[in-house]
Amino acid sequence: MSAPLLSFEHVTYRYPGVEAAALSDVSFELAPGEFCLLAGLSGQGKSTLLRAACGLAPHFHGGRFAGRVTLAGLDSRENGPARLGAFVGALFQDPETQLVTSSVRAELSLVLESRGHEPAAVARGVEEVALALGIDALLDRATYDLSGGEKQRVALGAALAGRPALVLLDEPTSQLDPVAGDELIGLLRRLNQEWETTILLAEHRLERCLTVADRVISLERGRIAHDGLPDAFLEWAAGRAPALQTPGAKLFALAGLHPAPVGVRQARATLRFRGLLPSGDVLGSAATTPAPKRRASVRRRRRRATALRMRGVWHELRDGPAILRGVDLVLEPGESVALMGRNGAGKSTLLRHAAGLLEPTRGRVDRAGTVALLLQNPGDYFIHERVGDEASPASLLAAGLQQMVERNPSDLSGGERQRLALAIVAADGEADGARANGARTGGPQPSLPAGAPTGAPAVLALDEPTRGMDRQVKAELADELRRRAARGQAVIVATHDPEFAAACADRAVLLAEGRVIADGPAPELLAGGWYFATETARILGGAGGALLPEQGAELLRGLAPVEVAL
Amino acid sequence: MGLFFYRRLASPLHATRAGVGAAWTLALTAAAVLLYQPLVLLALLAAIVGAAAAAGVGHELRRALRTATIVAVPIVLVNVLASRQGLTVFARLGDLGPFGQGDLTVEAVVYGVVIALKVTIVILIATLASLAVDPDALLRILRRLSFRSALTGSLAVRMIPLLAADSARLAEAQRTRPHGGLEGVRGRVALLGAILGGSLDRAMDVAATLEVRGFATAPRAPRAPRPWSRHDIGFAISAAAILALALLGRLGGAASFEAYPLIHMPIGGGTVALAVGLTFAALLPFGDRRGIDP
Repeated sequence: MSAPLLSFEHVTYRYPGVEAAALSDVSFELAPGEFCLLAGLSGQGKSTLLRAACGLAPHFHGGRFAGRVTLAGLDSRENGPARLGAFVGALFQDPETQLVTSSVRAELSLVLESRGHEPAAVARGVEEVALALGIDALLDRATYDLSGGEKQRVALGAALAGRPALVLLDEPTSQLDPVAGDELIGLLRRLNQEWETTILLAEHRLERCLTVADRVISLERGRIAHDGLPDAFLEWAAGRAPALQTPGAKLFALAGLHPAPVGVRQARATLRFRGLLPSGDVLGSAATTPAPKRRASVRRRRRRATALRMRGVWHELRDGPAILRGVDLVLEPGESVALMGRNGAGKSTLLRHAAGLLEPTRGRVDRAGTVALLLQNPGDYFIHERVGDEASPASLLAAGLQQMVERNPSDLSGGERQRLALAIVAADGEADGARANGARTGGPQPSLPAGAPTGAPAVLALDEPTRGMDRQVKAELADELRRRAARGQAVIVATHDPEFAAACADRAVLLAEGRVIADGPAPELLAGGWYFATETARILGGAGGALLPEQGAELLRGLAPVEVAL
Repeated sequence: MGLFFYRRLASPLHATRAGVGAAWTLALTAAAVLLYQPLVLLALLAAIVGAAAAAGVGHELRRALRTATIVAVPIVLVNVLASRQGLTVFARLGDLGPFGQGDLTVEAVVYGVVIALKVTIVILIATLASLAVDPDALLRILRRLSFRSALTGSLAVRMIPLLAADSARLAEAQRTRPHGGLEGVRGRVALLGAILGGSLDRAMDVAATLEVRGFATAPRAPRAPRPWSRHDIGFAISAAAILALALLGRLGGAASFEAYPLIHMPIGGGTVALAVGLTFAALLPFGDRRGIDP
C-alpha cells in the first residue's frame, strides 16, 4: 500500500481566544488519487480541517494546535503554508478574496513565478491550465470584471496551476448556477481520473458530488462522526444525521426502499428493477398532472390584487449590454415565486428594480406597498457591534433572536445571520412581530385581513439567500418564507438551488439573457428540466410533478404494489 | 471621484510593456514639473487628453478632470489671497490685520493658474498611468527588487477594487433598510467602521491566499526575456524625447516664465517649437496601431 498523501493524527485545534475546539482528535489518511467528500452541517469544522491540511491553521490563524498533519511527508508544524503549497492547491468559499492580481493571466502566473519556474515554464503552465479549465478566452480580462462563476474558475485555475498533488475545495459551487456547478464537479472528476489529483471537497449539496466521490468523511462538532464509502455514508446519515441525507436517499427512505441511491442513475436502476419507475405515460403527463396539495392551495388564494407588476422593464447600460429586456412579471399577494437562471441572467437586477433600487430605462414597475429586498450577503447589513442595535426588539423577537441582543452579529451562525438580516429589511412593526413569533412558536395567531399585514412589506424579495447554507438552515428559511406567504406577503426568491426553490415556491420563473423564458407552476418547471430540476424530479423523470422527496414517496407508494425494504 | 482600474484595451499604450509605459508617464510628469510656460503646459495638457482618447480612456480622464478642477480652483484662490509679490493690483480688500494689506494682483492670479494647471496635468497623468499601465507587471518588476514592498503593493492594489466593491455593497444594503437606514453623522461613522472592519477581514483572506500560493518562497522572480515590440520601442523613444525637450526647455530658456513681480512670458519661435515638439513626441507612438489587440 502506498504512503498516504495527507495524514491527520489526533489533531485538535482551537482558534485564538476560543475555548471550544474547532477540531477534536481528528485522525484520517488520504491516499494519492482519492476523491474524498467532507460532509457536515455549518460550523462543524469542515473549513478548519481544510485550513489545517494546507498549514494555514495554525501558521496563519494562530491558536492552539495538537497532533500532527503530514502532507507529502512534510510535517505542517515545521513547514508553513508556503512550503506545503508546493503540494497543495486550495480554493475557498469566496472567490473574491482568492484573486490577488488584476488580470487573469497574472493570476495564473503568480503561483508558478512564486515557485521560481522559468518564464517559458510559466507561460506553458498558464496556457495548459487555462485550456484545461476552459478559461483561455479570459486570459487578458481584468479579474474584477469577471462574473462569480468565472472568478471561481479562475481561482481554481490559480490553485491548479502549480499541478498540486492535493486540491482542497471549500464549498466551491455555492455561488454557481446548476450548470456551472455541474461543470465544476465534472472538471474535478476529470482532474482526479486523468491526473490522479487527490481531491478533498467540502460541500453541502452532496447530491451533486456523491457519485464522483470514493469516500465521505462526516464531521460533527469538530470530530469525525463517520468515514466510509458513499453508500455507507447514506446508510449512516439516514439513522444518525438526516439533515445530511440527499434528496434521493430521503425519497427512498420515505418510500421504504433500500439501499439508498448514491445518484440518479442508481436510483432509477433500482426503481426500474423493482418495476417502480414511472412509465412514459406518467412522465409525459407531468405537465398536466397537478402537484400534490400545494397547487390547489395556490388556486384558492388567487386574488385579483397585485403586489408587484413589472411591465416591459428594460435595463440597458450606457455603452454596455441590456441586462433586462422587456420583462413582464406580476406577483399576487400570498404568492411565492422562485426566480431561476444562470449566473448573469439578470435575476439580481430584476430584484433591484422590484425594490426600487434601480430605475428602468424603459417600462414601469408598480408596487402595492413597500418591497423589502434581502441582498446576497447578510453580513452587508450589519454595521453595529451589537445585534440589539441592528433591528427593533419586535423584529428580533419575531426572528427568534431576542436572546442574542448582546452578541456581535459577526459571531452568529449562518442561519442566525440570515434571520437577522431578514428582520432588518422586512421589519413588520410590533403587531406583525408578535404574530410572526406566534407562528414560530406555534402559539395562537391573530386573524389576518386579506393581503399583506399592515406595516409589513407587500413583497419580500431575496437574492440568493441560501449561499453556503446547510440543508437544515435552508429548510428553516423555506418554512419562514412559506409562513410569510401564508400571511399574504408576496415572496420572490432568486436562487440557483432547485431543492430550495421547490421547498419554498409555488411558481417558478426562468430568466435567460434578461428575458423571461418560462413562467409557470413550480411542479411544471422544476420537474421537467435537466439542470433546473430537483433530484427527486430527475429520479422520477418528472412524473406527477413531484419535486420533493415527500411528494415522490407518495407517488411511488401509489404507483405499485409496494414490496419494498429488503 | 470613482476609482480607476487597469483594463487591457486595444491601444498602443496598453500594448506597451509596463516598464516602458511607466517610464513614458514619468517623463510626462517630469515635463509637467520642470516647465512653467503656460503655452507649453497647455500643449502638454492637450497631449495628455489626446493620448487618453487614443488609449480608449478618454471618458475616465474627463471624470478625473472634474476632480482635478475641485483641487485646482482652491489653489488659484489661495494664491490670489496669500501672495504679496505681484505689482498689478486689481482689487484692494484693505487692512487684514495680521495678514497685512489685502491687495489682489494679476500676477498672483496668473501664477495660481499656472500651478493649478501643473497639478491638474500631474493628476491626469497619474490617472492615465493607472488606466493604461498593467499594475501586475509593475509589481513583478518590483518583486525582483524588493519582495516585501511587492507583497504590500500586491495587497494594496488588490484591496482597492475589493474595498470599492465592498463599500458599494454595504451602501446598497443600507438603502434596502426600511426608511433608508441610518442617517446623519452617526450612521456614516457606523458604515465607515463596517467598511474598515470588513476590509481588514478581506486583507487577511487575501494574505492567506498569497501565503498558500507561495508568494513568500521565491524572493527573486525570474526575468522573462521578451522581444521589444514596435510599441515598446516607440514609447521608449517618446519618453526619451519628452524628457530631453523638457530639460532643453528648462535649461535653454525656450520655456522661460516669470510671474513676479511682473508677468514675463515671452512667446517666441523656441516656445512654439517646444510646445509643438512635446505634443508631437507624446502623441506620435499612438499613430502606429498595428498589433494592439489584447
